[in-house]
Amino acid sequence: MHEASAQPAVHHHAPPQGFIRKNVFSLDHKVIGLQYYGLALVAVFIGMILSWLMRIHLGWSTLAIPGLGKLSANGAPGGVMTPEYYLSLMTMHGTIMVFFVLTNAPLAAFGNYFLPIQVGAEDMAFPRINMMSFWVTFVAFLVLIAAFFVSDGPPISGWTAYAPLSAVGKDAGPGQALGQNLWAISIAIFCIGQLLGSLNIIATTLDLRTKGMSLARMPFSTWAWFVTAVMGLLAFAVLLPACVLLILDRVAGTSFFLPAGLVVSDKLQPHSGGSPLLWQHLFWFFGHPEVYIAILPSIGIVSHILPSFLRKNILGGTRTMVGSLIAFGFLSYMVWGHHMFLSGMNPFSAILFSVPTLIITIPAAIITLVWLGSIYGAKIRFDSPALFCLGFISVFITGGISGFFLAQPSTDIYLHATYFVVAHFHFVMGVAAMFGIFAGTYFWAPKMFGRMMNETLAKLHFWLTFIGVYCIFMPMHYLGLAGNVRRYALFSDDYMIPLTPVHKFITIAALFTGAVQFIFLYNLFHTRFWGKKAPDNPWESTTLEWSTPSSPPPFDNFGGKHPVVHRGPYEFVEGGTADYVMQTSPEQVGAH
Amino acid sequence: MTGKLFGLLVAIITVVSTAFFIMHTWWLPQDISVLGHGVDHQLNETMIGTGLLFVAAQLVLAVFVWMYGDNKDGRKIKFFPGGGGVMVTFAIILVGIEILVLTFVGSKVWASIYIAPPPADSMQIDVSAEQFAFYFRYPGPDGKFGVVHPEMLSDSNGNYFGLDPANDVDARDDIVVGELTVPVNRPILLTMHAKDMIHSFYVPELRIQQDIVPGLTIPLHFTATKEGKYEIVCTQLCGLGHYSMRAYLQVVSQSDFDQWLKTQSGD
Amino acid sequence: MQRKYIVILALVVGTAALSSALFMLAAPAPPAGSATVAGKVTYTGTPPKMKPIDMSKEPVCAKEHNPPETTENVVTHPPDALEYVVVYISAGDQPGPTPTQAARYDQKGCVYTPHVAVMQVNQPLEIYTDDPVAHNIHPMPKANPEWNKSQPPNTPPIQTKWEKPEFIPVKCNIHPWMHGYFVVLNTSHYAITGEDGSFSLKGLAPGKYTVTAWQEQYGTQSQDVTISGSETKTLNFVFKVLPYAF
Repeated sequence: MHEASAQPAVHHHAPPQGFIRKNVFSLDHKVIGLQYYGLALVAVFIGMILSWLMRIHLGWSTLAIPGLGKLSANGAPGGVMTPEYYLSLMTMHGTIMVFFVLTNAPLAAFGNYFLPIQVGAEDMAFPRINMMSFWVTFVAFLVLIAAFFVSDGPPISGWTAYAPLSAVGKDAGPGQALGQNLWAISIAIFCIGQLLGSLNIIATTLDLRTKGMSLARMPFSTWAWFVTAVMGLLAFAVLLPACVLLILDRVAGTSFFLPAGLVVSDKLQPHSGGSPLLWQHLFWFFGHPEVYIAILPSIGIVSHILPSFLRKNILGGTRTMVGSLIAFGFLSYMVWGHHMFLSGMNPFSAILFSVPTLIITIPAAIITLVWLGSIYGAKIRFDSPALFCLGFISVFITGGISGFFLAQPSTDIYLHATYFVVAHFHFVMGVAAMFGIFAGTYFWAPKMFGRMMNETLAKLHFWLTFIGVYCIFMPMHYLGLAGNVRRYALFSDDYMIPLTPVHKFITIAALFTGAVQFIFLYNLFHTRFWGKKAPDNPWESTTLEWSTPSSPPPFDNFGGKHPVVHRGPYEFVEGGTADYVMQTSPEQVGAH
Repeated sequence: MTGKLFGLLVAIITVVSTAFFIMHTWWLPQDISVLGHGVDHQLNETMIGTGLLFVAAQLVLAVFVWMYGDNKDGRKIKFFPGGGGVMVTFAIILVGIEILVLTFVGSKVWASIYIAPPPADSMQIDVSAEQFAFYFRYPGPDGKFGVVHPEMLSDSNGNYFGLDPANDVDARDDIVVGELTVPVNRPILLTMHAKDMIHSFYVPELRIQQDIVPGLTIPLHFTATKEGKYEIVCTQLCGLGHYSMRAYLQVVSQSDFDQWLKTQSGD
Repeated sequence: MQRKYIVILALVVGTAALSSALFMLAAPAPPAGSATVAGKVTYTGTPPKMKPIDMSKEPVCAKEHNPPETTENVVTHPPDALEYVVVYISAGDQPGPTPTQAARYDQKGCVYTPHVAVMQVNQPLEIYTDDPVAHNIHPMPKANPEWNKSQPPNTPPIQTKWEKPEFIPVKCNIHPWMHGYFVVLNTSHYAITGEDGSFSLKGLAPGKYTVTAWQEQYGTQSQDVTISGSETKTLNFVFKVLPYAF
């Protein structure tokens, strides 16, 4: 089947020898991809446990949580969480999840593993830089986690770290001394890792595509990783200097973000001339594309997986989906001010920012509509990757729709900084993007590990998680409509106290859904070591990763050959022995 | 079977969540502001428009997944008529119209609160936001606000506005309190300052919210239409006591307000 | 032969001098005395009016104070007494053993009690919260290390101590009106004036002392006094007050 579909290859680099070279300091994009995945896995469980602690405190604020006093005697005397420790946990939860889970797993983990294979290359364009980008990210993670262990605790300014709270230093409150410094340094290091990774993805996509793999024949996932990488270059290139400026304000006495006359804790601060709004502009110019960086790879992964389980291409093919992805990514640079409608910037600019924000719903709507249109008339195979893709569509609709309220300044007046916002971004990031990661895991596990994941456990994981996430995050819309303010360590305001039962319900749903994730963790580990052996192409899929000679693929992906691509990524046919045609199938083979 | 279960589940989730929205089980508090109806109208319009989209999209997903599972019955794959082009056109038209309408109407609502100047007869009240309380300053019988001296700011002294009554005559009768008391149906102009961090002023019933940025003087105007006691809460993370940062808004009759002012000045 | 005796004599004298010097340095306690320095702290001028504290943002505390508490920067009582003035021996005194009894500071009704807590260097300090809302105790020293801790309701008291003498302002970061002082002294001879402005420093041994009076708004004043026996010396302090507290 592969005779006319491959050419002999020239090796990029010799096969690695020794445990360290093979598994630790590896140049192999597949190992690096798994390393990123492992980092994201550790990060997501830490982030999830933090969310449990937060939710327990919100439901029962006077509860002494066993063991918490040991973790931080200052943060939780006698196990009762102090308000600043709640904010610390919240800051670390957001930072870990947005950066080390959602920017890592869908892009760096799966992208590293599968982009070179999907374009038919042996490895990324720059394997050494690739290895460096992982270890830089790893160091960034260690620096961030170190903030848990400093005496003053982690920072309390949120993952958004608004100045002056983040820039003043220790007078601003507990956690704002060394903790905030570690945060800024960690994120700056993370930016460097991301920039290096983006360079690799772009160079590989543009230069290392195999014979016949035109840009138009690339799978949706490759396109998504490519667009995301381009976005990342521009976005992280702004966050890095912003973090540097923040560090300078904190330790070098500069005043980029600090105006004159600040009196914090009765102390007049020795800064003048800066603007807190400057931080917000810099941060959100990065931050908005960042959240699209978090969702775009999952959109690409879902679009890539669906055809195998619908047995047909996505409606509109590459042109519609990829055009929408590019529009989505491009427009994301024009909307950052919608996080700042009420920030004190000129109110006229609110109207200016809201227009592209609303326009961005058009490519999002096109993407959703072509998915729905693809399901029409399909022959759906309900394996776990498909379930997570279909679930993704549902939660993406929910999360996207709530955006309409926040995109308009007039409705944002009421809903800004309430739980409505928390509901919105958790649906699109905390649920949808995660569903993309789950779908990718279940889909690609047979290729990465050579073993099938347990389908029963996977389906159980899906049903319970799908119900669970709606129970957690749908009620937050109602809380927002009632005016429940976010980032509160506890609710003592008269009008918020009656909402406590809703919070308790959410907490119980969160603990339940969190517990369900251990089914996934167990399944993942059990599969890795003891799973049933997988066939080479268990899902009867079409793209290049399913044409590797083994699972996992050999170190150079195609066993000394370069595949030759003869057709688009998602060709399915009626009649014949198989209803699908692999990309490597030469023209003459298979009816069309 | 799995497809039917998925379809059913999505349909149930859609119906249940939408029901809570329609029934206003948890909803906005009463609107007590002259300009509030604009915000409420916009919210309701958006709720209806997006509600229809939400229900339609989820139910289409549910129905399609229910119908199009592979039953191994050998049926042919069908393609959506018109292909991708239909979806693109539909999205541009549907969403485009919705965007135009929402923006056109919504911008006017926004402008009426945040761009239009305050009414000429507004009563000005000075606001200072700090970690973790709001303080309000009235000019007192002389109608003039004393000058703010940042070096004299002191929580321990209760000098929340940095006044210098020893040397500044205008400052001597300034009334500084922790509650915002206003007469009903009177336009109010708040001039807001932040002493240390970015704070935010939010009164759900007034349908206004505004960040207060250190280094800037932020104006915000409203007219309250109903007497009562309401809460002002800080919505911009400002430190460990953010959750505890609030003040009460007392909307009282004009005569009660005059009486209150007299009592405060007599102190 | 004579040189040998001189050397022995020098050694004996030297050893005696050295050991008595060492003995004095290591002396655990000042010699007990029985003299007293007493007096009154008063003011001249028109005192500022203390302002009622607006606790409306915390109703559960506000309702405990009817009429409202007033600020306590300059607390006066008729006819001319000044309260909360700390009077202590600032020079000429031996520190004495560190007291083991803890000083106590309470947060009750969103007010610090006592307004000024006086303690000695290294004396244990226990900070209690009796309120159903969280407090955040933030002492702001310059010579001692600064810290900032929250105390949610029903959490154990904070145990701490101060290693250097200092006048440390204390604030609650959550309730901006809460304000007090930790006065950390190097001497066991101190007093804080009450409503009548009087103070009395007992148990003083003969010697030359400097007595200092500290008022948080108006700073310090010092006077020297010499004690020869068991007498009671009278010492008064007069602070000039201003009609405006700020």
